[in-house]
Amino acid sequence: MTTEFETHDHDVLIIGAGGAGLRAALGALAEGANVGVVCKSLLGKAHTVMAEGGIAAAMANVDSADDWRTHFRDTMRGGKLLNNWRMAQRHAQEAPERVKELEQWGALFDRTQDGKILQRAFGGHTFRRLCHVGDRTGLEMIRTLQDRGVQLGVDVYMECTISRLLMDGDRVAGAFGYWREQGRFVVFRAKSIVIATGGIGKAYKITSNSWEYTGDGMALAYNAGAELMDMEFVQFHPTGMVWPPGVQGLLVTEAVRGEGGLLTNKAGERFMQKYDPKKMELSTRDVVARAIYTEVREGRGTEHGGAFLDISHKPAEYVKKKLPSMYHQFRELADVDITKGPMEVGPTCHYMMGGIRVEAETAQTTLPGLFAAGEAAAGLHGANRLGGNSLSDLLVFGRRAGVAAAEHAKQVQNTPVNSTQIESAARDLLVPFERPTGENPYTIHRELQDVMQSLVGIYRTREDLIRALGELEKLKERNSRVSVEGSRMFNPGWHLAQDLTSMLTVSEAVAQSALAREESRGAHSRIDHPSLSPTWGTKNNVITRDGAAMKLRQSPVPELPSDLKQLVADEK
Amino acid sequence: MAEAVFEIFRGNREGGKPATYRVPIAPGMVVLDALHHIQAHQAPDLAVRWNCKAGKCGSCSAEVNGRPRLTCKTRMDALPLDKPVTVQPLKAFPVIKDLVTDVSWNYRVNKKIPPFTPRPDTQWKMSQEDVDRVQEFRKCIECFLCQDVCHVLRDHDKMETFGGPRFFVRVAGLEMHPLDSISRTKLLKDELGIGLCNITKCCTEVCPEEIHITDNAIIPLKERVVDEFYDPVLMLVRKILGAKQEPA
Repeated sequence: MTTEFETHDHDVLIIGAGGAGLRAALGALAEGANVGVVCKSLLGKAHTVMAEGGIAAAMANVDSADDWRTHFRDTMRGGKLLNNWRMAQRHAQEAPERVKELEQWGALFDRTQDGKILQRAFGGHTFRRLCHVGDRTGLEMIRTLQDRGVQLGVDVYMECTISRLLMDGDRVAGAFGYWREQGRFVVFRAKSIVIATGGIGKAYKITSNSWEYTGDGMALAYNAGAELMDMEFVQFHPTGMVWPPGVQGLLVTEAVRGEGGLLTNKAGERFMQKYDPKKMELSTRDVVARAIYTEVREGRGTEHGGAFLDISHKPAEYVKKKLPSMYHQFRELADVDITKGPMEVGPTCHYMMGGIRVEAETAQTTLPGLFAAGEAAAGLHGANRLGGNSLSDLLVFGRRAGVAAAEHAKQVQNTPVNSTQIESAARDLLVPFERPTGENPYTIHRELQDVMQSLVGIYRTREDLIRALGELEKLKERNSRVSVEGSRMFNPGWHLAQDLTSMLTVSEAVAQSALAREESRGAHSRIDHPSLSPTWGTKNNVITRDGAAMKLRQSPVPELPSDLKQLVADEK
Repeated sequence: MAEAVFEIFRGNREGGKPATYRVPIAPGMVVLDALHHIQAHQAPDLAVRWNCKAGKCGSCSAEVNGRPRLTCKTRMDALPLDKPVTVQPLKAFPVIKDLVTDVSWNYRVNKKIPPFTPRPDTQWKMSQEDVDRVQEFRKCIECFLCQDVCHVLRDHDKMETFGGPRFFVRVAGLEMHPLDSISRTKLLKDELGIGLCNITKCCTEVCPEEIHITDNAIIPLKERVVDEFYDPVLMLVRKILGAKQEPA
């Protein structure tokens, strides 16, 4: 049977329409490329919309002593020196320009007294650096980028899922996918592809991430032969909601602590005194998450298993103005008035530092023509990401990836797509309909989430990780027998069966990498290896595909040039 | 355990009818939780749009007990459970399947609106009090509940001649941006049909971000249209003094 599909041609195809994807689109357009953006959700509703804290950029509007060197140093230290230093340097140098650009495109940030963009304090940042608007900076960013993209004529293919990259040897030639609406197939032919699909949170039970976050782009890249890196570094944000059950994991922005919120345990103690007396509530996320986890485990947690976060000592009008969505979220979903009393918070799976390995200047992967930016890419954040550094990452590397993708497209003559690959991709998508009985995708998803939450969580052990790999193997086998009922018309069960394949791949990569790294560094904590190891401190874990198997090896962390090494080591 | 009964529309463009489901209730449960439960246990192909589950993305719009709501923010304990809870797709838009509707018209309207246009020599300084009003408009999460409830679109089907509250908010956000330099008043009058709004304020009532759509966006824009096109004294003054032009 020959598969029916529609075809679209572009110089640059971008998979994902969040901050990184949209900024990449603008970057490619500026170089004269014909650009298409494909996204799983409706335009403007990507997970970027949830970002609350702000964009970290050394603009020095509030603390005039700030400059890119300090931002660079903060990022490297936060990443426990496992970062790709060149990415961290570019990021710190270029973030201010990217923020100014947003303003020139219509974004309206909160202002200082003298009319400049206001910047606030955040965990791990030496100076007040986060450009923000209330607690909805992500919404502001995505709206601004989306408006500009529409204005400049990007073709957007909404509610379309890509299930496979089409290759011409080791070079990308296009992508195969389906419209979520009617289930019909579509082929995109493209000279360059940018993957900007975000993270993997939906593989975990308690997460702040949206429905979309199933690691699709990482799986696409891995399956096509690209490298994944640092997959063990999963960030658990210390403050997610814990009650009621339906909102477990929902983000409570770090900005609450940035605006003066205090963490206490059941006994009313500001317990951060024990874990980081210098930075207290504004320590890095990995430290605070482990602190809350430990307080709860040792019996000092709140009624629903978290810690108290209290900002009620600030004036009510100030809280409502600076943290309006927190105010509403707690009032409407948990019956808590944060201007009058404390919130209950606990760790939640929030961000993936690891992802697709890319080159620092161009964001290109190891496959010619395939680029990656944003949360889907690895390297910038090392072992732990600072708050505010993701939104700036999206702008800096979104642009770099788009520009490089457009440049690459100019060198490419044609993009032959392989009909065997298309037939195979179509068959894989349709097979769940052909099984009259089989596994329920929702059940497999729930069990996957339980496995990751309990065995590959904040604190890891060798036994748990080996057991996790065994469970994942069984889930993979069950997923190969998944059955879906109904038609191809907007069928969420069918969509989930596809997403599960991606989630199982990235989950295996996380568990393998976590098992290999026998130390505790940044967000990765091994109970059986609780200290930093000097040998592991110079290596990244890299994963590639070897036939049907996942192969893991180490690769040396790029060494800092001496002046930057000095900068990071300086105890100023 | 306590149970709720749901009547959820199942169908497509051609038509459909409600199907009944029973769902156990957990503390703090919202309607979207119930929809997920139904998908996982009873109807795996129930078409539902959702993404963030925190009231921030505007994906999960539907009509619960006849009222346009975000299903992720509609608490079960705020609904009367002695009778079935009805969940319907947004009435103003064509049904794709079950609770998913075709909202693409909104994206087409958006393309008509000239974007933020600063002057070339702009100084990028603004005071907080100058941006407060526009920041209210930019809170919009494009849930389209206001579009759905507006009788001009919902009952009178005026999609060809009326932009709807969402886009009046967008235009207001551009017109009132301290550094924007063009006028969109003619667009408001002619293509977006702001005259068709008769200030019934249903849009303001359903906005999950509590944007004062009618009072802060629509009425000031209507006043600008009147000033520019219907006030003979101002027209004369403008002719004498000269005024800024609308883009062609």
